[in-house]
Amino acid sequence: MSLTVVTAGDSAIVVEFEERIDPEVNARAVRLADAITAQQMSGVLDVVPTYRSVTVYFDPLRVDYDRLLAFVDSADHAMGVEVTTSAEVIRIPVCYGGELGPDLSEVASFAGMTEQEVVDVHAGRSYRVYMLGFVAGFAYMCSVDTRIAMPRRPTPRVRVPLGSVGIGTVQTGIYPAETPGGWRLIGRTPITPFDPARAEPFLLKAGDTVQFFPITRAEHDAWPSS
Amino acid sequence: MALVVIRPGMLTTVQDRGRWGYQSRGVPVAGPMDPVSHRLANALVGNDAGAAMLEVTLLGPELEFEDERVVAVAGAVFSLTIDGRTISLSPPASPFLVPMGARLRFGARLRGARAYLAIAGGIDVPPVLGSRATHVISAMGGFEGRAVRPGDRLPLGAASDAQRTVSPPGVPIVTLPDSGAGAIASEATVRVLPGPQADRFMIESLDVLQSAPYVIAQNSDRMGFRLDGPVLAHSRGPEIISDATGLGALQVPSSGQPILLMADRQTTGGYPKIATVITADLPIAAQLAPGDSIRFAVCSQREAMASLIAQEQALLRVEQP
Repeated sequence: MSLTVVTAGDSAIVVEFEERIDPEVNARAVRLADAITAQQMSGVLDVVPTYRSVTVYFDPLRVDYDRLLAFVDSADHAMGVEVTTSAEVIRIPVCYGGELGPDLSEVASFAGMTEQEVVDVHAGRSYRVYMLGFVAGFAYMCSVDTRIAMPRRPTPRVRVPLGSVGIGTVQTGIYPAETPGGWRLIGRTPITPFDPARAEPFLLKAGDTVQFFPITRAEHDAWPSS
Repeated sequence: MALVVIRPGMLTTVQDRGRWGYQSRGVPVAGPMDPVSHRLANALVGNDAGAAMLEVTLLGPELEFEDERVVAVAGAVFSLTIDGRTISLSPPASPFLVPMGARLRFGARLRGARAYLAIAGGIDVPPVLGSRATHVISAMGGFEGRAVRPGDRLPLGAASDAQRTVSPPGVPIVTLPDSGAGAIASEATVRVLPGPQADRFMIESLDVLQSAPYVIAQNSDRMGFRLDGPVLAHSRGPEIISDATGLGALQVPSSGQPILLMADRQTTGGYPKIATVITADLPIAAQLAPGDSIRFAVCSQREAMASLIAQEQALLRVEQP
């Protein structure tokens, strides 16, 4: 289990783990990021876990750099290798297909399935949140069943509605804001993934486990706002 | 009390030091393109370093003050008028008083691309996730998540008694070494450190990067500068498993033309980053405009830190005279 620390300019380090998308590798990154954050070291500005790395941003004039490096090394050694996922599964309602999921029929054709079968496959397993990025609150979740893992649209949509649930090859995710986007939109959730005014602004964090479940259009429209 | 926008300029946004602490949730940092000039402007009016101010881009605004305020403009140099009368400041980044009801107007741009207008008491828009920085693309923070428009009333914080006069008048301000304030030109050199993914490029690529200037393309913005110049060749393909994207990183997509990531960058990305601009030289890059040229020069970590320490000492002399 290798760990490499590389510098990114004078104000960040990147702790890199094995170069693959894998729940065990990602779990190490998330655990290390949590451990560094919990230390509340002075001069550390932000700690960002991604698929297989952790980037630590700091003020180089106010951080104890040697202590940071020593902590990274000792913290990773001290932690086990088992995949930790949150015990709680976050269940997210999705109204699949129709005007809220305009690409469901395309995904069905791609998969050689009926639309209902695509829904059953997508909602039939849980997903790990590997990281957040792209826009505030956007969680990259893996792994979508390879049969429905349709590549992105050749030309992204200029405007994807808030709450759209999409597939981009083996990744799935929810658009937390109205943005451009190239993923195949198979449905929409009435849950708001990001609301800065909410006590807990973010629905998801790296390391979470998510499962989608189908709801009807009427249930979607009547869903209480969070 | 408020600041009323008469004319907004090209892109005038409220910025504090940025929305740090939420990149793990995909929240971009935003904040000033030129953090040194931002900090200097706050120091000149006696604000805390974290106070929010206006970042002015290329074409400046006209603003009406509802009460008398001490202000300072750092970074890019514009001709300034108060109610039509030209004010001359030496050095340009010096505090001055704007009377109640007066209009401060930014005129011709003389040097640099981005000016920072700090007002004693700061701009008191509601913080979002702990920050008043505007991120225009996601409509977050600042004044209604956008650049200012005519008729906007920007709420101002209360100025302390000590901030009500320009004191001492005509104080000579230290010239900042290695900052945009002294190094604004249509071509500038910024120093870089290799990495974090220099090993993803052909061995000669760092030499290629330094071989000729890059032109900043017209579609450059607060997210990043798209650069036209020598092509950088990847050694193992143009994609990596997405990781975090820091301020000043030079990411290189399949075209081989680098993009310099700036204040409004996304938090993560899937292109390899050949080098990263040193913190001390970020203001130099920030003071360049589309059409200007930028040269890159690899330096050592030691040189990067020495420049940063010199810059810090100069800023501390203004903050703690």
